[in-house]
Amino acid sequence: MANILLEFEKPIVELEAKIQELKNFSSEKEIDLSDEIKTLQNKADSLTREIYGKLTPWQRVLLARHPERPGTADYIKLIFEDFFELHGDRRFGDDPAVIGGIARFNGQPVTVIGHVKGKDTKDNLTRNFGMPHPEGNRKAIRLMEQAEKFGRPVISFVDTPGAFPGIGAEERGQAEAIATNLTRMMSLKVPVIATVIGEGGSGGALAIAIGDHVAMLENSVYSISSPEAFASILWKDPAKANEAAAVMKMTARDLEELGVIDEIVPEPLGGAHRNKEEMAKILCRSLKKSLNGLMKIPDDKLLEKRFEKFRGIGQFVSG
Amino acid sequence: MFKDLFRKPKYVTVHADTAKKDIPEGLWQKCPVCNEIVYTKELDRDLKTCKKCGSYFKMGAWERIKATVDEGSFNELDAGMVSINPLGFKDYPEKITSAQQATKLREAIVTGEAAIGGRPVIIGVMDPNFIMGSMGSVVGEKVTRAAERAVEKSVPLIIFSASGGARMQEGIISLMQMAKTCGVLARLDKAGLLFISVLTNPTTGGVTASFASMGDIILAEPGAQIGFTGPRVIEQTIRQKLPEGFQTAEFMLEHGFVDMVVPRSQMKSTLARLLDLHSTGGYKNG
Repeated sequence: MANILLEFEKPIVELEAKIQELKNFSSEKEIDLSDEIKTLQNKADSLTREIYGKLTPWQRVLLARHPERPGTADYIKLIFEDFFELHGDRRFGDDPAVIGGIARFNGQPVTVIGHVKGKDTKDNLTRNFGMPHPEGNRKAIRLMEQAEKFGRPVISFVDTPGAFPGIGAEERGQAEAIATNLTRMMSLKVPVIATVIGEGGSGGALAIAIGDHVAMLENSVYSISSPEAFASILWKDPAKANEAAAVMKMTARDLEELGVIDEIVPEPLGGAHRNKEEMAKILCRSLKKSLNGLMKIPDDKLLEKRFEKFRGIGQFVSG
Repeated sequence: MFKDLFRKPKYVTVHADTAKKDIPEGLWQKCPVCNEIVYTKELDRDLKTCKKCGSYFKMGAWERIKATVDEGSFNELDAGMVSINPLGFKDYPEKITSAQQATKLREAIVTGEAAIGGRPVIIGVMDPNFIMGSMGSVVGEKVTRAAERAVEKSVPLIIFSASGGARMQEGIISLMQMAKTCGVLARLDKAGLLFISVLTNPTTGGVTASFASMGDIILAEPGAQIGFTGPRVIEQTIRQKLPEGFQTAEFMLEHGFVDMVVPRSQMKSTLARLLDLHSTGGYKNG
């Protein structure tokens, strides 16, 4: 059960608390309240379905940023075996906002890489809120090149507000690091599966998301910038983030319609944070399916298809 | 972030008396750095360089092409390509129309076949005046087609960047142009062809973080603002002032992201000599 509540989750959680209360009462006093409990449970389920059936894009942004939403580290624990974390970009340092390493997925050795946000304030400071410096992007591409050498598929998890905007990041070439990742990933001779699990912000997200298969969890978001930055740039008012989210087309459904992603991975009712194990199971099934398909495709065909997929994105009139 | 185009250079001081002067459009122009009033004809002759302080005025795509390629050699590609409105974003079509009217361009980049110093090239030149040179579908597609044409013809590619970054109004589609342009550059690279990236004022955001940073050789104009995140956003994030000269061409040279800072007056000859050095092909043993 989640401890941190979003405004729109409150009615559901209040109802669930009532149910718990009744359950406690009935066991303490040994009174049979199972009918009442069942009625309330049904009510809670339909309320959840109702609220989650009509989430606004902004509410999805909030869900995608939920502090208890499972992250890369959770999925590595729940889905992979024999994980060895590998550190550093061999150039400057080790970026805690990105973790990566070798593991077994469904018996198959793979390289797994993802952004990591903190679970609390202290952890967030360590992880820099999941915002990579150039070192994080360079570590990611180093591990991908290693994966290519040993014929390991790459599985990446995207969960970042964006690449970090700071002095050191600029001095050490944030832009160059992203551009290099995009270019190298386009010719990486192993299958790449990228899944946006929370926030997919801007170039920081894209830098590990050039996949043969790109998926998004149902309540994740993926966009050119945060809605706050978007509102600030276009309307000079970051407080209009809510409105920005509504027009940016940043939800999984929007991106599927725009042809930018290949799959929407459904979340358990009430969002990934309400049932991490169930979420991990669903995600695991999705990854298995796409990996099995991709591993059958010869390298050159794989690269051709990867390029054509991104090559085809864009809307214009040739004139 | 292209909003930083609105940022005034820190060293500008506009004195009340000079600021009040009304400069008639066209005949004379005022240097944005030193406030010198410059005769437009002279300015055009001097490659838009202020004769008093030496700083550069913005150069439009066609002015740049004229200053760079051999006379009469330019043959435009994809001239008619125009944006549509992928997100259905309010007022975006009107914004494009007014940019087209103001700049007499269809989009923020002009691409074509040309020759420089007699050597054939494919060249792309971005225009900072067209919605701040931002990259949406058309810029992404034209860069991609230019690179594909370079591969097809087996000639070098040169791109002059001037951009605030990805175009917000096309949202995620703009972001994906970064992937697309880098993808085609991977092919150009594999074909063993030269790509010279020239960074002009300003080159920021998604353009720096994609094709503009992938040159075999990267040139920059003196004083050009070059970086990923705009200075205002950085200052807001880290809550401290940025050092003098941060994110300039010279800063990028010092930090190893630019090969040479080349004055505007020497750009054409520099390109011609570099092309010449690459024209005979590489040494092959056996």
